[in-house]
Amino acid sequence: MTVAETENAIKHTDGVIESYGAKRCDLIHILQDVQEEYDYLPRPALERVSEKLNVSLPEVLRVATFYAAFSLEPRGEHLITVCTGTACHVKGAPRLIDALQRDLGLEEGQETTDDMKFTLREVRCVGCCSLAPVLTVDGRIHGNLAPEDISDILEDCF
Amino acid sequence: MPLCMTREKIGSPEALNSLAGRLKERAGGRKMVSVCLGTGCRAEGSGEVYEAIREAVGELGLEDEVIVMGSGCHGLCALGPLVILTPDDIFYPKVSPEDATEIIEKSVIGSQPVDRLLYKTGGKTCRCQSEVPFYGRQERIVLGLNGIVDPHMIEDYIREGGYQSLAEVLYKYPPEDVVSEISASGLRGRGGGGFPTGRKWESCRAVETEDGKFVICNADEGDPGAFMDRSIMEANPHTVIEGMVIGAYAVGAEEGYIYIRKEYPLALNTLQCALEQARDYGLLGHDILGSGRDFEINVARGGGAFVCGESTALTASIEGRVGEPGAKHIHTTESGLWGRPTVLNNVETWANVPEIIKRGSRWFASIGSEGSKGTKVFSLVGAIKNTGLIEVPMGITLREIIEDIGGGMAGNHGFKAVQTGGPSGGCIPADHLDMKVDFDSLIEVGSMMGSGGMIVMDESSCMVDVARYFLDFLRTESCGKCTPCRDGTEQMFMILDRICRGKAGEDELGKLEEIAELVRETSLCKLGSSAPNPVLSTLRFFRDEYEAHIRDKKCPAGVCSALIEFSIDQEKCVCCGRCANECPVDCIAGTAGKPPAKASEEDHQEGKVGEPFLIDVQECVKCGSCFDVCPTDAVEKK
Ligand SMILES: Cc1cc2nc3c(=O)[nH]c(=O)nc-3n(C[C@H](O)[C@H](O)[C@H](O)COP(=O)(O)O)c2cc1C
Ligand code: FES
Repeated sequence: MTVAETENAIKHTDGVIESYGAKRCDLIHILQDVQEEYDYLPRPALERVSEKLNVSLPEVLRVATFYAAFSLEPRGEHLITVCTGTACHVKGAPRLIDALQRDLGLEEGQETTDDMKFTLREVRCVGCCSLAPVLTVDGRIHGNLAPEDISDILEDCF
Repeated sequence: MPLCMTREKIGSPEALNSLAGRLKERAGGRKMVSVCLGTGCRAEGSGEVYEAIREAVGELGLEDEVIVMGSGCHGLCALGPLVILTPDDIFYPKVSPEDATEIIEKSVIGSQPVDRLLYKTGGKTCRCQSEVPFYGRQERIVLGLNGIVDPHMIEDYIREGGYQSLAEVLYKYPPEDVVSEISASGLRGRGGGGFPTGRKWESCRAVETEDGKFVICNADEGDPGAFMDRSIMEANPHTVIEGMVIGAYAVGAEEGYIYIRKEYPLALNTLQCALEQARDYGLLGHDILGSGRDFEINVARGGGAFVCGESTALTASIEGRVGEPGAKHIHTTESGLWGRPTVLNNVETWANVPEIIKRGSRWFASIGSEGSKGTKVFSLVGAIKNTGLIEVPMGITLREIIEDIGGGMAGNHGFKAVQTGGPSGGCIPADHLDMKVDFDSLIEVGSMMGSGGMIVMDESSCMVDVARYFLDFLRTESCGKCTPCRDGTEQMFMILDRICRGKAGEDELGKLEEIAELVRETSLCKLGSSAPNPVLSTLRFFRDEYEAHIRDKKCPAGVCSALIEFSIDQEKCVCCGRCANECPVDCIAGTAGKPPAKASEEDHQEGKVGEPFLIDVQECVKCGSCFDVCPTDAVEKK
């Protein structure tokens, strides 16, 4: 983050904290709002939350890493989430993930491509199991997929 | 279309009644087109259908006569987008935007079905929803108003008799009578455990305190293959809210929470809108319906942790802490959220309450089986034809669900198992298909009711892989507080993973069972103590499949990639080259052209003859694309 970005993040975070009346019990909600704004939790924001709510930074980090809703890494331009719910799993979600990792050149455990273009995540049951296996690209749902469809889906992003 | 009315506080049951009457009158005689905007139909393009129908109505100048409504899930997701016309009672599956004008002209104005668009099955044409076999065996209490009310219009719910139960309770029943009515109904919690709801309410009601009590709605829905609670909230949020207000009155709570999964933005939005409207009418908040009672509902967004569905972890999470379960020797009903007496119920449990009050406990208890009363909502998915959201009386058999409602298996593989209970449940094989579906019978076969995910699997699913899948889920979701669960799920996963990769020794099944037993006995919360279920149930019914992996290094279903190999039958190959085109690692070689067996002399001279394709097994990543695209089934998976 640049200096200006950091300042902005702090300002934004202050606004969020204020909107909840700076209460300890709203820690998760505050982090959720920050996450929503940046798609991840920037470090300066976390430090600010710790300071303002009077919760130690390790405790803030413990909460931030416990819940799957939070990410500590910035994400790429396009977000692809593959449903790994049970219905999608038995209909071949692992094959979609393999294909995506291969096509995007992602190593095991790597979420975002080096060029910051794509982030690949897993989500459990997006609620349209009748279309399994399913993935979403920037919120748009694609269903009934086979690994062969992946390259077309990626191409649409360019 | 929106009714332009200001919402004013309703001060008495009579005022509620007269509002319902006026709303009924206003709707009377008007035609309604209900377009399903549930997640499944939306993904199939129902949003565009909704817009097209609105446009068609506008073009024909029918805005005053025809109501176009975007509703919650109608259930039969496999045939989306779904459209229902009332009062003519016409049901259209797989509607596309191009059909809009014809539907309005012929069916809405003309009241005649368009034959081309009707659902046809087994030689029969179904005109209305009740003629569709999928709906025939269902009994809809909780989902009864799906498709009839617009979830964003509280007036629709009031028109259909909504909040009447609340009015009755507030003015006619003392709290203890409400609790006994719920007890008498036999309602058991729909969130998984099946704890008697009345008993839970009673123990909270009985606590005397000056500090206030809480009621909470558990809308975390963590089961990774289920979407019932979400569909209820998206389709008819007021039935959940009304249930909570009734419950709060019964136990003496003035504040409540709905703890909702963050991944459900649509449900969250719908709920917030519904809460706002309920407050506007004075059905929530201060002096509800003029009764002098107060009750407020807050929304807490979950952080995406499976364990937070567990009661003590959930309250910790609302308090802004890490969602770790606490010991269970103190009951939540005595000391729950912020140490106060708390009643926690699942979305579907709350949604049953208004109907029980309205129609009486005796009516409710007449539905269902001996120990399980009423109905259960399931998300019926997997390898069957009619996937979707269903509500069936407890005690129905698995076979009825799968064959009558689900329409049997899709594709050409036979039935293998049905998975219920999510990560705490198990897989039930074919010879138990005639068993009754209720809380107790499911436990008897080593599974669980769970929250209502029901995944049908065919021969192409590997049971070891399914067990591995759930243990992978559980080891990730274990909060890590207690050792048996944290390390036990990890160890079980590692053994299962080795089995799937053909690397497990003969003694490992015994070890697996031993760990499973230990984890079951010694874990702190139910996440751990039920974690062995997916392993034990598959071991019980599909042991031979485990043994094939270990002893023969084979995956009979052809799923575990380390144990399968792809090859091409040279006789069957027609040299089309599609497999080579699809292969992501270019490990298939051959020449596209006419298959040698069919080539003429001329073809040979002109160099048009191909060469059958071959897979280099060393390079193959086993993605299966060649298998998918081969037009002649020449690619074999062994
Ligand atoms: C690991 C774990 C996860 C759970 N997840 C949920 C859930 O997602 N939704 C739910 O309603 N209940 C869930 N439960 C059950 C709750 O602890 C609790 O029993 C239930 O919400 C009570 O409501 P009911 O009596 O109406 O079923 C879970 C339990 C455990 C142990
Ligand atoms: S399991 Fe993937 S949408 Fe439900």
